[in-house]
Amino acid sequence: MQRMKVALCQVNPRLSDVKANLAMHLANIEEAKHAGADLIVFPELGLTGYWLKDSTLDVARTIDHPDICELIQASCDVDIVFSFVEETKDHRFYTSSVYASARRVVHVHRKVYLPTYGLFEEGRHFARGNDVQAFQTNDVSMGMMICEDAWHPSVPYLLSLSGVDLMIIPSAGPGRALSGDPNSGSQQFWERVVRTYAQLFTCYVVFVNRTGFEDGVFFFGHSLVAGPQGDILGGIETHEPGMVIVDLDLSRLRKERFRTPLLRDENPYLTQRILARRLGDVK
Amino acid sequence: MQAQEICENLAAIAQGVIPVLTAFLKDEVHKAGFSDVVFGLSGGIDSAVVAYLAVEAVGKEHVHPIIMPYKLSSQNSIDDALRVVDDLDLTAQTIEITPQIDAYFADKSDATALRRGNKMARERMSIIYDHSVVYHALALGTSNKTELLLGYGTQFGDLASALNPIGDLYKAQIRAVAKSLSVPLSIQQKPPSADLWEDQTDEGELGFTYELADAVLHLLVDERMSVDEVVEQGFDRELVQLISRRITLNQYKRRMPVIAKLSSRTIGIDFRYPRDWGM
Repeated sequence: MQRMKVALCQVNPRLSDVKANLAMHLANIEEAKHAGADLIVFPELGLTGYWLKDSTLDVARTIDHPDICELIQASCDVDIVFSFVEETKDHRFYTSSVYASARRVVHVHRKVYLPTYGLFEEGRHFARGNDVQAFQTNDVSMGMMICEDAWHPSVPYLLSLSGVDLMIIPSAGPGRALSGDPNSGSQQFWERVVRTYAQLFTCYVVFVNRTGFEDGVFFFGHSLVAGPQGDILGGIETHEPGMVIVDLDLSRLRKERFRTPLLRDENPYLTQRILARRLGDVK
Repeated sequence: MQAQEICENLAAIAQGVIPVLTAFLKDEVHKAGFSDVVFGLSGGIDSAVVAYLAVEAVGKEHVHPIIMPYKLSSQNSIDDALRVVDDLDLTAQTIEITPQIDAYFADKSDATALRRGNKMARERMSIIYDHSVVYHALALGTSNKTELLLGYGTQFGDLASALNPIGDLYKAQIRAVAKSLSVPLSIQQKPPSADLWEDQTDEGELGFTYELADAVLHLLVDERMSVDEVVEQGFDRELVQLISRRITLNQYKRRMPVIAKLSSRTIGIDFRYPRDWGM
């Protein structure tokens, strides 16, 4: 696929109401389909809301739960990235993002970095994912990170080593409005992160952040896509719910990676040697 | 860094908050199944700011301020409250609390100013919550961060509310927001007062200025400095210790009542849900 139309869908889910959020997801999927999108991306925990605390147990679904199957089935004309509380057969609870295409699950990413500091308490309820894998669909190589995962450069680095064309970051990023700028400090930081990763890893980066408030915590929206020169290709410049479709020209990557061959020159063996030595020391 | 400079910085970073605060009110009011809000309008800067934010968030026809003077309340305060009502084209109710307060204290002539002040604050709260039923409206809080941290407020009185849009803003920041919202100048410029007796001012009662309080609170709370570190910044040790002690002593006012834990799921301890659960 040389061109890819990605719908960034920044929604305001109803906290712990999976049925309502499922209906809202399906309506947005229909809209994206009619607008000719190839892929629609929803934010972190879009199916459940974020500030779940003890209701984590009530909203958790196994990947074969009818609610989840219904969403997967909706991926017939448009690929879907959605996020929910995934419960495994042995009752571990993960913050997961699913890539669904042609009515099947292509990939599940389980959040590997669970912030448990300041206002965050994810480590209290969720199990840590333990893998970062790229995947292929329609000849496009992609990888997913969920919110805090992207604040650890090792995660996009690992995806980059697989040569991904596209990194997808579903998020539930809270804003701290007291920054002296109409755009909150964390929002500005995210924009820098997305643009920097796109440029450093010569790929496209899609960041979809939720909106709304939960217990006074403000989710700032401002979803965006950056291209391989760190250029912003589109986005939603508000903290309101909305959808925007951005057309990605994946053929650009060929020339970009020839012009700036960072990926070619990356030496994972050097990293491996140093890490092996360091981690050996720790032993 | 001196208090004035710290407060100027605090004010500067509050410039972008108005759209977030109006979105907060709109979102939290509507998802709770309400359209309307109710609150006490005192004529002071805090409740005036809340009035302007509320009108922007939910529309003037859904905003119900109540003016609740006591016989000793200054006419200036009432006039300022009415200025807000006029400026925003609101319909406000005025309910005198003198009869019930005086009836209660008729045989308690020795009651201290603290008891009287607390009683008035709780009487006003009771009227606001009664009108939350009348208007099917959520009660908005009007306590700022300076007051909440210092515990300068009456528990279950003016500290009671369903939503508080200004509780994370220091007084200096409230002033900056008031300026941006074009709150009437007479309100912006007068000394803050709980208006419980003639010529009372908050600063007179607290024993220090809001500027000093904001600066010290900011360093202790947001910058996580120790008392010694704040003193090293050039602040008076006694003042810093007093403010630090007030934060600790008044923690109880910022929390729900403590429950004796008996079961494996105790409310507030391990029965943990967000307020917005199921909304």
